[in-house]
Amino acid sequence: MENLLEINDLSKSFELHNLGKHIHAVGGVNIHLKEGEFVGITGKSGSGKSTILKCIYGTYRLKEGSIFYNSSKLGPVNLAQVSEREMLHLRKHEIGYVSQFLNVMPRTTARQLVKQAILEMGGEHELADKETETILSHFELDRELWDSYPTTFSGGEKLRLNIARAMVKKPRLLLLDEPTASLDQDSKWKVKLLIEQLMKEGTTMLGIFHDLEFMNDLCDREYNMQNGTLTFC
Amino acid sequence: MAGFESPVISVKNLSKQFGPGCSNCQGARSENLIKNYCQVCGTVYACRDVSFDVFPGEVLGIVGESGSGKSTLMQCLYFDQDTTNGEAYLAAYQNGEENLFKQSSQQKRYIRNHVMGKVYQNPILGLKMDFSSIGNIAEKLISAGHRKVSLMEERGTELLDKVNIPVHRRKEAPKNFSGGMQQRVQIAKALSNNPPLLLLDEVTTGLDLSVQASVLDLIKGLQRELNISIVLVSHDLGVIRMLADRTMVMLEGRVIEQGLTDQILEDPQHQYTQQLVHSLL
Repeated sequence: MENLLEINDLSKSFELHNLGKHIHAVGGVNIHLKEGEFVGITGKSGSGKSTILKCIYGTYRLKEGSIFYNSSKLGPVNLAQVSEREMLHLRKHEIGYVSQFLNVMPRTTARQLVKQAILEMGGEHELADKETETILSHFELDRELWDSYPTTFSGGEKLRLNIARAMVKKPRLLLLDEPTASLDQDSKWKVKLLIEQLMKEGTTMLGIFHDLEFMNDLCDREYNMQNGTLTFC
Repeated sequence: MAGFESPVISVKNLSKQFGPGCSNCQGARSENLIKNYCQVCGTVYACRDVSFDVFPGEVLGIVGESGSGKSTLMQCLYFDQDTTNGEAYLAAYQNGEENLFKQSSQQKRYIRNHVMGKVYQNPILGLKMDFSSIGNIAEKLISAGHRKVSLMEERGTELLDKVNIPVHRRKEAPKNFSGGMQQRVQIAKALSNNPPLLLLDEVTTGLDLSVQASVLDLIKGLQRELNISIVLVSHDLGVIRMLADRTMVMLEGRVIEQGLTDQILEDPQHQYTQQLVHSLL
């Protein structure tokens, strides 16, 4: 397989039985990503951008189209057809997802959260402690926050923690779902630095952005989403 | 399953009926049933063809309305109930080659005592309320073949400490404890023989939020540290979201949908699952 990710003719709709409604979200989406590429998607709210990322990450189940991913452990696989356990493996080791929302266990500190991400991949405790400190300081998260609960964090702090948690695993493919939404300029700039750092390390990324200026600086290619269809721009 | 890992437990077509069945219902697949109940002979088909695998270190969540067969399934797995039909294979027992439900009652007791732990919603079912807490743990250890009192005391103290029961209260009976503490003693007891598989039946139901959180913390921590596999029954979707890697939805004794937990919560397919998820506060 030449590309890291090949989305072919992806369609997704939702059947809401209790309301008797059929909602068409996206149709005929084709995106190919080479290893190390950064591709951005823009578009209005509700145009179906996140749907694409959620289909790749397996949160949405796919009935039409295929998403081929070249896994280092499993070889080329169709993400629309992998088993649940295979998807869990890929999420743990190869595919990361960052949204603007942070979903965490209550009463888990920022430090524990990042450390767990490392341990999940089979890291050693001591090494994990060290790596956690490195990444938290790299993300310029206030040292006082390391041992407090993320529910008390500001939006920007949560987001940086969220990216730290995804980045510390050094995923091969990182899906970014509006990582800069609702951030001030300073925080945005920090996120940008981190993304650039990841690009240098060879991570392939597919991201959704509202901030065009921010995206133009980073992306190799851009797509625009309108009413569920994707156009190259 | 691509063969890149093998399950801790594999359950195939587990069925459980209460009642004899008759010519009207003719087995669990009949269309003459009202929900899972036969009007003619009064048979209840509590579990119908339930199949699933649980993998090492994985938490499998089971959700469903009251009466959907969740607890019956758990009771069958722990031999609290006889199973009408079906098979189950545990990797830790005879290399996963023997159907658990076909074993002698002596062997079943061995399996319960050595390779499984269960925590009941109602602590009365899981604990001897008049025994000391540490005695409750010792009871399970003795069943698992331990004989040395000093070692059992050490292990019991260690476990009670792990579940945050103050060491100086270890000789008190669970009947003196609050619901949350009783639940934690139950968990300590279930863990005492280092089971590769833990069955948790509505363990946080009825506990207040902070106690619930500490029980959940405990479960998550144990699963992470000891890599235990867990089957977790709950109708609290918040608990499921937090703990379960994968989730099965049961209705009228059947598994109507299964998937990754975020799939079930964000892209539910079955009408009942949609209703359930959309009822989430």
